Amino acid sequence: MSVINAVTCPICGCLCDDIEVTVVNNEVVKVKNGCAVCEAKYMGYKSEHRIRQPLIRKNGELVPVSMDEAVHEAAEILANANYPILYGWSSTNCEAQRIGVELAEEVGGVLDNTAVVCHGPSLMGTQEVGIPTSTLGQIRHRADVIIYWGCNPWSAHPRHLERYTSFTEGRFEDSEWKTYINKVKAAAGRKKVLSAQRVAPKPQRETVGESAVESVVFNKPPETLQKEGRKLIVIDVRKSMTAEMADYFIQVEPNKDYELMQAIRALVKDEELDVDQVAGVPVEYLREVVDVLVNCQFGVIFFGMGLTQSAGKFRNIEVAISLTRDLNARTKFLIMPMRGHFNVAGANIVFAWQSGYAFGVDFSLGYPRYNPGETTSMDVLLRGESDAALVIASDPGATFPKKAIQSLVKHPLIVIDPHMNATAMLGDIVFPSAFVGIEVEGTAYRMDNVPLPLKKVVEPPEGVISDEELLKKILAEVRRIKAQKAKKTAEVA
Amino acid sequence: MQQKLHVTLLTGRTIEQGVGKEYGKSSHQYYEACSMVYMDVDDMQKLGVKNGTNVKVTTPNGSVILKAVKYPRGATPGLIYIPYGPWANAVVSNATTSIGMPSFKGTPADVEAALDQPVLSIKELLKKEFGR
Amino acid sequence: MTEMLIKNGFVFDPLNGINGEKMDIAIKDGKIVESVNDSRAKKIDATGLTVMPGGVDVHTHIAGAEVNTGRMIRPEDHVKDVVRKTALTRSGTGYSIPSTFVTGYRYSKMGYTTVMNPSMAPLGAKHTHEELNDIPLLDKATFPLLGDWWFVLENLQRDDLEGCARHIAWMMETTKGYAIKIVNPGGLESWGFGRNVHSIDDVVPNFDITPREIVCGLAKVNKMLNLPHTIHLHTNNLGIPGNYVTTLETMKALESVPNDGKPICHITHVQFSSFAGDNWGNMRSAAEEISRYINNHNHMTFDMGQIIFSDTTTMTADGPFEFTLYQLSGHKWVNSDVETETSGGIIPMHYKRTSAVNATQWSIGLELALMVKDPWKIFMTTDHPNAGPFFEYPKIIAWLTSRKARMATLKKCHKKAQKKSLLPSIKRELSLYELAIVTRAGQAKALGLKNKGHLGVGADADVAIYNINPETLDIAKKYITARKAFDSAAYTIKDGEIVVKDGEVVQNVPGRTMWLDVKTTEQLKVDEEMKRKFKDYWTVEYENYPVFDHYVKVPEAIPVKADV
Repeated sequence: MSVINAVTCPICGCLCDDIEVTVVNNEVVKVKNGCAVCEAKYMGYKSEHRIRQPLIRKNGELVPVSMDEAVHEAAEILANANYPILYGWSSTNCEAQRIGVELAEEVGGVLDNTAVVCHGPSLMGTQEVGIPTSTLGQIRHRADVIIYWGCNPWSAHPRHLERYTSFTEGRFEDSEWKTYINKVKAAAGRKKVLSAQRVAPKPQRETVGESAVESVVFNKPPETLQKEGRKLIVIDVRKSMTAEMADYFIQVEPNKDYELMQAIRALVKDEELDVDQVAGVPVEYLREVVDVLVNCQFGVIFFGMGLTQSAGKFRNIEVAISLTRDLNARTKFLIMPMRGHFNVAGANIVFAWQSGYAFGVDFSLGYPRYNPGETTSMDVLLRGESDAALVIASDPGATFPKKAIQSLVKHPLIVIDPHMNATAMLGDIVFPSAFVGIEVEGTAYRMDNVPLPLKKVVEPPEGVISDEELLKKILAEVRRIKAQKAKKTAEVA
Repeated sequence: MQQKLHVTLLTGRTIEQGVGKEYGKSSHQYYEACSMVYMDVDDMQKLGVKNGTNVKVTTPNGSVILKAVKYPRGATPGLIYIPYGPWANAVVSNATTSIGMPSFKGTPADVEAALDQPVLSIKELLKKEFGR
Repeated sequence: MTEMLIKNGFVFDPLNGINGEKMDIAIKDGKIVESVNDSRAKKIDATGLTVMPGGVDVHTHIAGAEVNTGRMIRPEDHVKDVVRKTALTRSGTGYSIPSTFVTGYRYSKMGYTTVMNPSMAPLGAKHTHEELNDIPLLDKATFPLLGDWWFVLENLQRDDLEGCARHIAWMMETTKGYAIKIVNPGGLESWGFGRNVHSIDDVVPNFDITPREIVCGLAKVNKMLNLPHTIHLHTNNLGIPGNYVTTLETMKALESVPNDGKPICHITHVQFSSFAGDNWGNMRSAAEEISRYINNHNHMTFDMGQIIFSDTTTMTADGPFEFTLYQLSGHKWVNSDVETETSGGIIPMHYKRTSAVNATQWSIGLELALMVKDPWKIFMTTDHPNAGPFFEYPKIIAWLTSRKARMATLKKCHKKAQKKSLLPSIKRELSLYELAIVTRAGQAKALGLKNKGHLGVGADADVAIYNINPETLDIAKKYITARKAFDSAAYTIKDGEIVVKDGEVVQNVPGRTMWLDVKTTEQLKVDEEMKRKFKDYWTVEYENYPVFDHYVKVPEAIPVKADV
């Protein structure tokens, strides 16, 4: 039995690196410090849905074949394709991503990662206005106002608050954990009182003790906004679990975040607003919230899919960043995207240093090109322009809209994944791969772009190799096929 | 009581969906987590839908049968929330507005009761949508 | 095994006192040797050509988080400068922030063989090294940012120089770094809460220490550790009219550090620190005041930070200064503070001849280089890409060696800048010998790189051969021809291999990453203290912080024995 410390969890952008894993006979038996999703991964990776050997679809069914046959078939497809897509990359290590760039360049394809359905709009927003940001430790040490806008860490980044924001101890700010616990205790008490009086709590005005986490519609902002210590503000279209923990929750109408942010920007600049409410939020409130923002020592906005996937998309991000820039005239304010996959940032970073562009990189002309809407994989698929695809370390079969998947399935689809996921179920050639962060070591980048090492804690199943090794094999075979083709053409000429 | 309700469709993460995907996309946990839709309790009453029964969600892109679950944290009138996954993608909009990102949140949809229609497994759903 | 003989070229090797002598250079197994077997050796006929050691760049931002964020936010910078894949070379893009492969190819094309990446946030060190691995054809090293590191501030505040030295040694090995980089000392920690320091005696909030104490303390620590380079300093108040006063004060403060007659500090991109006046309207050059000081003191070296009139990108660890630029321009602005360690910022910048301020800045860089008498004291850089892209170096070479060239450019500048410029009164033109000093020999010497920047026996066989015949070409008159020659080397030789011929890459070699393996006596104690303090200071585990060996593909560890 061995206990391995400082293991980096390979799931979300938090990239918690304090996980403790106990291994017995090459199997993980216990996980400490991780959240529910982390435990699920370390205990569930060896499930029956694991792909054990390469498969090729013959007569409509996926049948096992040798590695050599699968590599050759895959390489043939890519070498002969006119405009292949190489998509995914976000759940593997940087070492594999680098081979990916080389492969995409070799076959003249479109190289894209999951940011296209996640924070691609955020990257586009930064290309308009930049981004005032920092590493997560700065937040932990200094932030006294923490805003989550259009994201719900409780569901998507479970340990975010306890590792980086409200519930951490910093050099200059303390954790708000005790305050929150007291709040919950008070809430439990109040519920008991109400049920004793046989009064049903109204769903709209659910109050939680003194510090009211309530819908903003008719009441004043609670005194908790004026308290000492860190303040947590959540802005969302519905009351999420994170909103329940917040000192202040603003319920914004769906697709109206842009207007709300512009209104706040105006108030930050001491301008008058001619309306009573914006996006369903009374201007009176906004004034009070803005007071808190401009008078804080150090504020930060974390944002997620609520902004990138609703109307406005990258314009929402542009305005959120612009708001942060405006606030810097009054106090210290930063902004950070809540990156989803554990190495989505890494893929953007590797693509950028090798080609200049972070995603949607088109190599078909022999040099890198980037034009969102034209070279982004989603649009290429929706217009039906690609004629082959390699999908790795991602599951577009489960995350892409129907029409895009239909386009993927119409042409040869090569899939590399440890699990039989939705894309693999639809694939023509399916390769097993080893789990990065469990069976393969490597590098990944956290949501704040800090690089961290991933550990190997167990051996992969027999015959299952890493993404990096597999891609190297395919690349070598592609080069061999192309060289042979060139030789034949030269002989004929 | 209404036949159909016009709503705004949101899709997104839940912790159960996060946990389920780690067990595998064909797993029971993933199925339970993703083949459902959160609805506002008053909206459910309007449609005569009981908690835990099936509904049909329709958009210009398609339709899907899901289990309706009451949203536990406050009111969300006119909003429905389907966790990310193949069930959500059967109805989600593909309009990328020319920047590569489909409109996963905030598009129009219709909901109606579908008591007798079954929720498909992932295999059945993929077969129906893509023929594989 | 491989033997090479470069025959009959005009050799300029200032570190060995060779000034245009016609001689042969012999190479064996990647090193310069006394002689080789004439029949076996591969011969290069350098008749009529200038032979110099490979170029050495003491300060160029080419790898790491800051550079890469710059790439990510500026697609418009790349779209105008694309590089196709060839059988030998990878594709990529430029312009002011080239992708990694292109960086290597373009430097090598100009005859450069060694470059220093001057800013690395220790927390992101792995990233910097990953990018350095992908820069071919050059030897590289990188400097960790340490001037505002909490451990430095705390140790110096306690006057614990030995403690500070041990921590620096630990950090140098942990990040595989080469020198102590200091940027706006005290200002970066202040910027953590949005503040800055404005003089070297301002007290840094929460840490009770001044920039003067940080700089002098670290200069002393550098000596105790016997590091090959001096501390590498970006001064306080950079880029602000009137800042030359701060620069002078800083240099005067460093006079108090014992120096054995050798330099104890390098001030980088000194052009940005040499402004007189008190606002942008009356801003003028302080090159006279600064060069006078430099001519009378020997404890410092400098590099120019020369402006190029071009669209480019500023990126420094000086977060508050980049914020100032944002306030002035409203342009897209990146800020990137790093917990416990440092900060950073990025803003695009377009230097125009028609801007009186930019034109004055352009003049300042050249005034400094020409008014400082000793070329061993001030070197050619653009602080790439801050003052301009590195591949415009040939333009600067022309301005330094040809009065005609710089006057031609001056005439196109804003009238106000022309009036203020000292250039009309400067007749000096650098000779090829002096040019070799400011573009290679001087830099190698200041960096303490024993095997670079010269062609003596034992040196690395890094050679640049240019299409310049000193007997027939007057580079002061025919500066355009000279510029073209320095733009496209006839040959670039790296470790005895021809990698560039006639300005084209003909062979791929990876290049090495140099780093200091500093040995102190009480290494273990620092490790223990670090383990305890890590959870409090950083959001990563102690175990996951270092740059492990496998992160540096081709390492060259340089052993250093510290006096501590």
